Amino acid sequence: MAALRSSSAAARVLAASSRPALRLQGASIRGFAQLADGAQHSTTAAEQPAKMKTFQIYRWNPDTPTEKPKMESYTIDLNKTGPMVLDALIRIKNEIDPTLTFRRSCREGICGSCAMNINGTNTLACLCRIPTDDNADTKIYPLPHTYVVKDLVPDLTLFYKQYKSIKPYLQRDTPAPDGKEYRQTKADRKKLDGLYECILCACCSTSCPSYWWNSEEYLGPAILLQSYRWLIDSRDERKAERMDALNNSMSLYRCHTILNCTRTCPKGLNPGLAIANIKKEMAF
Amino acid sequence: MSSFLRKEVTHLYRQCLRECRKKPAATQSHFRTFARNEFEKYKDVRGRDIQTIEHLLRKGRRQLEIYSSPSVKDIL
Repeated sequence: MAALRSSSAAARVLAASSRPALRLQGASIRGFAQLADGAQHSTTAAEQPAKMKTFQIYRWNPDTPTEKPKMESYTIDLNKTGPMVLDALIRIKNEIDPTLTFRRSCREGICGSCAMNINGTNTLACLCRIPTDDNADTKIYPLPHTYVVKDLVPDLTLFYKQYKSIKPYLQRDTPAPDGKEYRQTKADRKKLDGLYECILCACCSTSCPSYWWNSEEYLGPAILLQSYRWLIDSRDERKAERMDALNNSMSLYRCHTILNCTRTCPKGLNPGLAIANIKKEMAF
Repeated sequence: MSSFLRKEVTHLYRQCLRECRKKPAATQSHFRTFARNEFEKYKDVRGRDIQTIEHLLRKGRRQLEIYSSPSVKDIL
């Protein structure tokens, strides 16, 4: 990565210093892996028939707020594109429309930045294959029921505020017996499996109808899953306070086991089960 | 514009002016012109265009929140 960056920076410096006309070329060197990919595939692409696919993408620009949001179509050749929707988006941004805006970072389902609504399902663009079984257009929207910052970028301020409100960190007063670290039995550690993997992409929360209507007060599946993760952590000593904070009609009990969260989770986790477990703990 | 939205907008403007008073005396006028310019920028938005007005309200509230921090001492 460092090598890549320095070489592209060098190319830009070169382009800028020698001839300004070269600057455009320098800019294209800065692109992602697609360029090398494209060069590699160009021989095969000549043999294969072009596999064109149209993406309809939600566009809205905050600089012209009076203009209504619209869908814009982009057609690209799948033979020259990576297999995932994120690859297609990056290619569109690189080669067709640089104004297209979306969040992306790790491209391997670890950061949760590229959460969006693809063909009606909330998922991570980097984990979602481009559907190739039919020629229908792929429709890409931002996460539903979020305020849009621009194009595919949703405003997750409230989501993060709610995450902060559950105090997502270890709360302890007694020091560790050996003065080094807080130890845990294997069984206790096992309880965290299926919870700690959550990357807070907000796919589940924004797919929950209950969260749509009560997002101000209801915490939503992602935050409740995290809440449960801290509730059952054997090292945490504020279980009672955490339970107390959830013990009202809105925070937790707006969950009506619709289970859209479990169905949509791109990491294959089960927020519905976690919420059910919290409810069970509260009941007994 | 519905009376509710109108109230929201004037309320936001009043809040802005109130925050201006908490700034250092020398730069208060800068903040006041900035706030006024921000509102005047969108004076041509039609009252029927509720979505736009609500978006601008959200944007304005966030800007106010940021600029009202005591560490912001001057504005261009």
